[in-house]
Amino acid sequence: MITILKKLGSPKWFYHFSHKLTPWIAFFSITVLFTGMIWGLLFAPEDYLQGQSFRIFYVHVPTAFLAQSIYIAMAIFSFISLVWRIKLTEMLSKSCATIGISYTFIALVTGSLWGAPTWGTWWIWDARLTSMLLLFFLYLGVIALHSNFENRQTAAKAAGILAIIGVVNIPIIKLSVNWWNTLHQPATLKFTQASSITVDMLIPFLICFTGFSLFAAWMIILKTQNEILIRESKTKWLKEAIKNHAI
Amino acid sequence: MLMRQLTRWIYLKVNLLVFKLTELFRVCFHVLKRDLILSFTQKFDWLNPLFFLVLFTSLIPLSMDPSPENLSKVAPSSIWTAALLSSLLSLETLFKRDFEDGTLEQLYLIPYPTSLLIFMKIFAHWLSSGLPITLLSIPLALMLFMPADGIITLFYTLLIGTPILSLIGAIGAALALNLQRGGLLLALLLLPLYIPVLILGAGSVYAAVSGLAISGQLALLAAMLIGCLLTTPLMTMASIRISLT
Repeated sequence: MITILKKLGSPKWFYHFSHKLTPWIAFFSITVLFTGMIWGLLFAPEDYLQGQSFRIFYVHVPTAFLAQSIYIAMAIFSFISLVWRIKLTEMLSKSCATIGISYTFIALVTGSLWGAPTWGTWWIWDARLTSMLLLFFLYLGVIALHSNFENRQTAAKAAGILAIIGVVNIPIIKLSVNWWNTLHQPATLKFTQASSITVDMLIPFLICFTGFSLFAAWMIILKTQNEILIRESKTKWLKEAIKNHAI
Repeated sequence: MLMRQLTRWIYLKVNLLVFKLTELFRVCFHVLKRDLILSFTQKFDWLNPLFFLVLFTSLIPLSMDPSPENLSKVAPSSIWTAALLSSLLSLETLFKRDFEDGTLEQLYLIPYPTSLLIFMKIFAHWLSSGLPITLLSIPLALMLFMPADGIITLFYTLLIGTPILSLIGAIGAALALNLQRGGLLLALLLLPLYIPVLILGAGSVYAAVSGLAISGQLALLAAMLIGCLLTTPLMTMASIRISLT
């Protein structure tokens, strides 16, 4: 088990494997995302209550969902790298942090853009909005730790511990924020529509969701490749691969 | 014959256990005493956060209409925020000096559970920062015209809440040990993790002021304290080890 992990965790193997994989992921993510966006933004039926402004849903929900999933993925990668000392997962978790914070940012911005026409306000201290903002801060802490250390490996270890603490804290933060919100103001605004979503809207949404997931995977792989190039620049295999134009 | 051997064996084992336990207590007490003496000789280490607490709280009435009813409305949130920030400020001195003169490395060489010794350090730090903050916040609450019910609750919540802040903060302080300008980074790392404590603490003071039950919030805070007591010393140990290498 551990030997398989070690083999899969070697940067060399990952680099060569992902090098073959990237064009495919790139192709699929761009096509799927493009199809989903066109379908969702142009052809899907408009909401009977919110009208055209509902269409931001196709960007907002996938990014918000993925922002949280990527945080959990980052914590799992950090856990693996701290327990089994695998270098590759350190790099993967670092790239997860950058992509995750961008998705969180997109989710926050699209959320406030969506809120302006439908709720009549750019920002409200609603429980879900606040916990999303806190997720942004948690990502920010991890990234700050990554960039503040001279040694990349020490930085990755420190940031990994923070990511794991963060993932333990996310449910507590969510619960406390929910509790705080319900004490102070009644839950008048909700993200979820009262009516269940129709198939006409569900299919483009699922396509968009797949597209955003593939795009995130593509970006994470690209960033990890970059990180491998920086970290492993003195190793033999990389020098030879560059010399033979294999990369 | 067998019986005699067995009793003798049990006697020896119990003796050894008692000896080991007394040694452990002695070492723990020694670490606690050393840290307390050090922090009380370096007066500004523990006085600075308290000055900050007083100054921060006196900024609140200066920045608004200082009528008693207005002040008592913002009193719980401002005192809890001030306590949170001053406990954050006090964290920089937690491991820094021991890290610089090598005492922290020696702590890892002692053949006793390192997490326990680190817990003792955190406890000493709480005694010299969290406890004074808790006590000092009572006169500050009076200055902000908080009702009596609120002040009692504020005392309880700070008494349960500040150890949580110290325990979580110790992890951050351990991670930022190697950094030259760790102070600002520490705020960035820790403030999101402090938010549940702030919400529960300040929320229960608000609940007490408006005459609602607070036992639920206090129970949640106590549960968080127990969880932190069990896990954070281990996490702090791992973080210090990362900083030491």
